[in-house]
Amino acid sequence: MSDIHEALVKIVGKDYVSNHHEETYFYGRDPGLMTPHEADYVVMPKTPEEVQGIVKLANRDKVPIVPKGAGLALTGLVIPLQGGIVMDMKRMDKILEVNEGARYVVVEGGLSHGVLKEYLNEHHPNLRHSVPESPPITTIAANVVIHGQGRLTNQYGFNSDMVNGLEVVLPTGEICRIGSCSVGPHWFSKGPPLPDLSGLFLGWLGTTGILTKVGLKLYPKKKMKDLEIFVTDKEDLVPGIISKITHTEMVEDIGIWAQERPLMFRGNYHINIFITADSVDELELKRKMVYDSVQEYVDSKDAGFMTVSLDMKPDFMDNPQKSMTAFADVRRGGGFEYAGPIIPMELYPDCARKVAELAIKHRVVYGASGRVIHGGHCMMFSSAYTFNRADLDEMGRARKALYEAAEFFADKGGLLWKPNIDEQKIMMERMDPNTLKLIGRIKELLDPNGIMNPGNWEAR
Amino acid sequence: MLELKFDKTKCADCKAVSCLVKCQYMDFKDKDKAKVEWQKVINGEDSVVLHDCVTCYSCEEYCPFGNHPFYLIVERQEEKGILPQSRPITKQAINMTTAQGRFQIGQPEERALSFCAIPRCSVLATGKLFEDSLPSWILGAEFFCQAMFLHFARMSVIKENLPKVIDNIWNQGVREVTFLHDECYGTFTQLAPAYGIEVPFKSIHYFEHLYNKLKELKDEIKPLNAKAAYHRNCSARLVPETDHFVDDIFGLIGVERVKREYDRENALCCGGLIFTSIGYDAGYDVQKRNIDDMVRFDAEYCVFNCPACWDPLAEKVARRGIKPIHIIDLCKLAIGEKQAVEVTV
Repeated sequence: MSDIHEALVKIVGKDYVSNHHEETYFYGRDPGLMTPHEADYVVMPKTPEEVQGIVKLANRDKVPIVPKGAGLALTGLVIPLQGGIVMDMKRMDKILEVNEGARYVVVEGGLSHGVLKEYLNEHHPNLRHSVPESPPITTIAANVVIHGQGRLTNQYGFNSDMVNGLEVVLPTGEICRIGSCSVGPHWFSKGPPLPDLSGLFLGWLGTTGILTKVGLKLYPKKKMKDLEIFVTDKEDLVPGIISKITHTEMVEDIGIWAQERPLMFRGNYHINIFITADSVDELELKRKMVYDSVQEYVDSKDAGFMTVSLDMKPDFMDNPQKSMTAFADVRRGGGFEYAGPIIPMELYPDCARKVAELAIKHRVVYGASGRVIHGGHCMMFSSAYTFNRADLDEMGRARKALYEAAEFFADKGGLLWKPNIDEQKIMMERMDPNTLKLIGRIKELLDPNGIMNPGNWEAR
Repeated sequence: MLELKFDKTKCADCKAVSCLVKCQYMDFKDKDKAKVEWQKVINGEDSVVLHDCVTCYSCEEYCPFGNHPFYLIVERQEEKGILPQSRPITKQAINMTTAQGRFQIGQPEERALSFCAIPRCSVLATGKLFEDSLPSWILGAEFFCQAMFLHFARMSVIKENLPKVIDNIWNQGVREVTFLHDECYGTFTQLAPAYGIEVPFKSIHYFEHLYNKLKELKDEIKPLNAKAAYHRNCSARLVPETDHFVDDIFGLIGVERVKREYDRENALCCGGLIFTSIGYDAGYDVQKRNIDDMVRFDAEYCVFNCPACWDPLAEKVARRGIKPIHIIDLCKLAIGEKQAVEVTV
């Protein structure tokens, strides 16, 4: 094993390799509920060539590699289940190109959403990207690998739909470009009209390669933004309300949330509607269209717009929302995790009821939220349970609640988002056998030695 | 059981039916029609009034007999299950103001400031205008005046909670309260007596407090020499006798209260609850007429009394080039202090 350490030092330099317990302990866990497993080595490459060197080394010695961004998926996807090397990508943090005309950016595989957001604010104030509701240190590459979502997801789809090209170090060590960048200098398409090979890497949770560069679509940044919150106490009405609002094609983002604390919010389902515009007239036109679209619910008194005080509004408008952090510490001791299925809108009422039911059953505090994806084709639904890390019993109850929630969502036909290994099994058990076989064959083809984030998507 | 002091003989003798004829949101120019509909309300029958009322409180001011037509409307709405606001928003309002033992107090003495359950009031109550009164203050749902439920046809909530609120204030040892929320003053001096609820402490409107403090500080006042449109809020209808303080205060600080169409008895609602209860067009129309009127009279400031009107209206006023400001902040400007609550657009 010391040979591996020395070899890693040769590749990245001694300051960026560790097998010390202080580091391997930290890199053996994430902030969620999954059981930790310590890494043998932690390495922080700076270039694609260094990544390549590490991957070749791992292949030589059949050592597992787990690529890691900020480790904020909460579902244990960066826990080295079989030990080996955790590859922390955060030193690869350069913004390589912003193309204003074609509206895309090319970044290295460890750049964070927060840095890109601030860079665009300062240097390209008319452009923005889809910022997820996770802490700003979340990396862009990891987010697209798990099919993350962000503030622009209602308009443009999953954040992975916004990928415009990739540079990947394959599990066998080749550096490979995907999309228009594979045939020329421009990063304007991840596939079309070529075969779309990005699907070999997006959603695979780091089991098919390591993203060293990501091309990402940018979008116009409007001058003004505002928020309305529509509230109903009947979960069965939520799909219809969403359908009416999305029909207007006037809103930037739609989030749905229900929570039992504080008391003010108990018993209701809240639909956050974000509107952007370049002028007051545009803003008011959009607002009017949204109001008019749900008038029938206002008339029936089944739902209504909530007055959002100017004191509260900035918190709701934040992107990412800091309230998520506050929710994580509801039980003090700072812990929360969520099962987040992607579901068709019609499943919302059943899922919302189940989250509340499981919270009572397992005596945990819940929050249920969701985000409309691409105009209403589906939504990300999240059942979150908060726990005190010092309370092992409560953590166990939260884990059970999450597992039962995941099984329920899967039985309903939902797809578990960024699934932990238990949830991956739930998905694979229900998957068409030929699909499962295809996943296995692709993994076999790309990663013959099985070194990439082993334990995940184990279809072989 | 608390009962509204309502005298139907006064209505029977009333020729003007001002409660409905003067209404700015329902069309009752026809006095005969108004009389018929109002009689239905009195009789406990269904009436268009119960469905179309925007809950602006104005009829409390329009009635020359102090016969509480608005409270009667609210009672009747609740009896018939007619919701002015949606059911979930009503639920939210009740949840939001439920006492949970999380109130805050400074060091309350016999004389205290009440910030109702509105933290923004405590942000406003700073500087020389309040330095003699602080830190004797109370804030929280336990001291919430409950009048907001007039907008929700929940007189039952008011009747259930108001006596408890009075006890809560009294139990803090407070015997004289300066209310920074206009609606609180209206509740304790007008609504409570309308139901025969005894209020053991003395109530002072913060306008009076401001006026007296400004007189004390008159040497420090630098007249603002500005024109201001006063946005008169719904609860001001409960206590029209306090309106002269706006003129008095403006007079002390060199502000002209522009003689616009939608002021005094003809004031328009902030529109917030009209947006939520009726819809976009109705809310937009009220706000537009109100702001256009401010613009037409060259107002430099839109002066607010109620913190709740601030949220739906302040940004929109600012976008039209008029500076929104609470009357406390306006007084602060006149004595060289900074505005505490602002909006940026």
